[in-house]
Amino acid sequence: MLSRIAESLFWIGRYVERADGTARILDVHLERLNHLPMEERKSVAQELLAVMGARPQSEDFGLPELLHALAYDKTSATSIAGSLGAARENARRARETVSSGLWESLNTTYYGLSQHRKDVVGTYRFCNWTLERTAMVSGLADTTVSHDESWLFLVLGRSLERADMTARMLSTRDVLSAGMSWVNMLRCAGAYESFLRTRRAAFGDQHAAEFLLLDRLFPRSIVYALRDADECLAKLDPSAQRVGFINDARRIVGQARTFLEFHRTDDLMSELPEHMERVQKAVSQASDAISRKYFNQADELAWVGEVS
Amino acid sequence: MNSKQKDGWLLDMSDLFQDYSEAAGRTGAYDEMFAPGQQARDSYGQVADALRKLSLADVSARADSMARTFLDRGVTFDYAGEERPFPLDIVPRVIPAAEWDVLERGVAQRVRALEAFLNDVYDKMTVVSDGVIPRQLVTTSAHFHRQVHGFEPAGGVRVHISGIDVVRDAAGTFRVLEDNVRVPSGVSYVLENRRAMAKGLPEAFGQQLIRPVEEYPRRLLSALRKTAPAGVDDPTVVVLTPGVFNSAYFEHTLLAGLMGVELVEGRDLICRGNRVYMRTTAGEQRVDVIYKRIDDDFLDPLQFRSDSMLGCPGLVNAARAGGVTIANAVGNGVADDKLVYSYVPDLIRYYLSEEPIIANVDTFRLEEKEAREYTLDNLAELVVKPVDGSGGKGLVIGPDASNDELDALRQRIVADPRGWIAQPVLQLSTVPTLGGDKFGPRHVDLRPFAVNDGDNVWVLPGGLTRVALKEGSLIVNSSQGGGSKDTWVLADSPQMPVETVPRQSVTVRERVSVWPVESNWRDRQSEQQQ
Repeated sequence: MLSRIAESLFWIGRYVERADGTARILDVHLERLNHLPMEERKSVAQELLAVMGARPQSEDFGLPELLHALAYDKTSATSIAGSLGAARENARRARETVSSGLWESLNTTYYGLSQHRKDVVGTYRFCNWTLERTAMVSGLADTTVSHDESWLFLVLGRSLERADMTARMLSTRDVLSAGMSWVNMLRCAGAYESFLRTRRAAFGDQHAAEFLLLDRLFPRSIVYALRDADECLAKLDPSAQRVGFINDARRIVGQARTFLEFHRTDDLMSELPEHMERVQKAVSQASDAISRKYFNQADELAWVGEVS
Repeated sequence: MNSKQKDGWLLDMSDLFQDYSEAAGRTGAYDEMFAPGQQARDSYGQVADALRKLSLADVSARADSMARTFLDRGVTFDYAGEERPFPLDIVPRVIPAAEWDVLERGVAQRVRALEAFLNDVYDKMTVVSDGVIPRQLVTTSAHFHRQVHGFEPAGGVRVHISGIDVVRDAAGTFRVLEDNVRVPSGVSYVLENRRAMAKGLPEAFGQQLIRPVEEYPRRLLSALRKTAPAGVDDPTVVVLTPGVFNSAYFEHTLLAGLMGVELVEGRDLICRGNRVYMRTTAGEQRVDVIYKRIDDDFLDPLQFRSDSMLGCPGLVNAARAGGVTIANAVGNGVADDKLVYSYVPDLIRYYLSEEPIIANVDTFRLEEKEAREYTLDNLAELVVKPVDGSGGKGLVIGPDASNDELDALRQRIVADPRGWIAQPVLQLSTVPTLGGDKFGPRHVDLRPFAVNDGDNVWVLPGGLTRVALKEGSLIVNSSQGGGSKDTWVLADSPQMPVETVPRQSVTVRERVSVWPVESNWRDRQSEQQQ
């Protein structure tokens, strides 16, 4: 398939998942932010923005600015609106290969972006709406696109971004630890019920973090997402070697996953920030490696959707 | 609040709170938000500020959004065979720390006394031989079950979960209206209301410290596990529901989900050799603790109603043999009996040697001749309740009843004086509630929930505030047009954290790195943020 198309699909997967993750993080943290005193709100809002990978534009950065930066700013690929816009732009460029169901759902989503009240209460609705739309997009992608190479690129992008987003979710734990409980952490990932059923009576920070980081069966856990990405990479490049891997992306993803999976968890809470940093780094390096291997002419072209 | 702010308040709120003080005056009740003269009380300051900034359009949009969230999440109760969202009002009910402290101690005290009473009643009945309560009163109670006489339940607790209904009289004093130690329901709405309010009226949370309610399922689970039969290391807890047609089914699913335990129906259980098992795909699995959400009468066809398909034959014998803990214990209904209720202050003095912290509502025992005669003469000014009713069924409010109704009631009382009690009509306290296009005073009650693990009685900070949505109505039951309010208990000092999670000091930079040094792939820091 064309490299250009593959790249579009890869980024559709990433952007849609990013919108989903950002909506989840924003929804839960907004609730906490509202309970903080005014002065604290500002610094926490800035820290939260930093975790999401952006810098405040001005000194005076408070709650309304945070909402704009993470939800409504169409020019930034960090925000929900920006990600969904970029996903749609990518789908438009690959319109002849993606199914009409997938394209239409992305397009409808794009036109629905502006139909929300942009205050705090409206943002809750907006986040909910985003989750519904992204679930629909993923569902249509799964059921209307043949599971060939193109679908593999889409899932690859989605899995990598999911690992990254869960890592950011866990990093926000540090930002807001004064008012952020592990219950919200799990709700954020939609993992609360699954966690309770597996853990029974064992509650607490350590267990919640373990679950989101290392659980082998929960689809939003980092280990699960990285394994998904690894499987996609293996299917995309099935040439089996006797020794080692020449594919950089596989090496990076595989090393990160195996390190986490086989690492001792006794000291998990204090090591968490390092894990999160390294997971995010691994994702970005893997993404680079994939670009170099599969979409290499992207170096010369200016990429429209790829801001930040 | 300085005078300038106060003027602003009156001016801005003129739409939504128009005629409020007039309406509040008409009820003659204690208003929890406003002192006379429409001055917001201190505890409501932040709520008043938040409401001041909203217009009618805002308020109704938010109320709609909250109702829709409830429907989406399936927060419903069953009304005449139909699923309805449980109406949640947008104005929270706020309880200051000092008032809560009294309530908390009072509720815990009552639970300890009822626990002692039930243990005694199903054992030696010293309370009867010491002349505190007549034997006949206990033995004629519809919920006194001889089937469970003479054994102490495994784990030693009978009242694991209780809901003590309290109201405030015209002077603002809390009084206990009734005890629920059988199957108190409504805690799911407490949990859901808080979630909905955090999104519906975020401004009001602001800087006050509102004590969290989300730890309830954990507290409940740990209490249930703690009271498991002796010798079980890792007890299996289940919630026993009558099934999807029960009006509180939503609550059963929510609690089972939040505790991470199985929700079982009677047909999922089997008793063998005085042990209880549930049928699973991996064969039969032993069940150690059953959180029972069905009435005693339907629990065990061998002991109670033989036509019951909801329970499981053999449960009572298993409990007697100590093979399973049933929470709440079978036979607790005798403590719910409204005639026993009138003796609870005496029971507190008898068992605990303490004075009751929260008083009862004055109650006439209709078996006593003078009280009966007084009641029959003054039926039109009294509330008359059946002793074993719940959900407001059978209750007659004198001033609202027609002459025919009163005559019918009179005959029933004369025929069965043991079956009824009478109380003066209490003007329950009011809290502003959205009705149509403005806020009006509506009567509320409060059901705090207590969890008893055998060593300690923990009272959930908050509880279910039910509100009669019809103006002037005193009946708050959801089956009769009642709604609910989120109940906020304020923490008394900033030292008491809103969240119990301590801040972890993470100083990873000073630690030795645990990840391997990066290998030879290109490190492109600049492109990290994609």
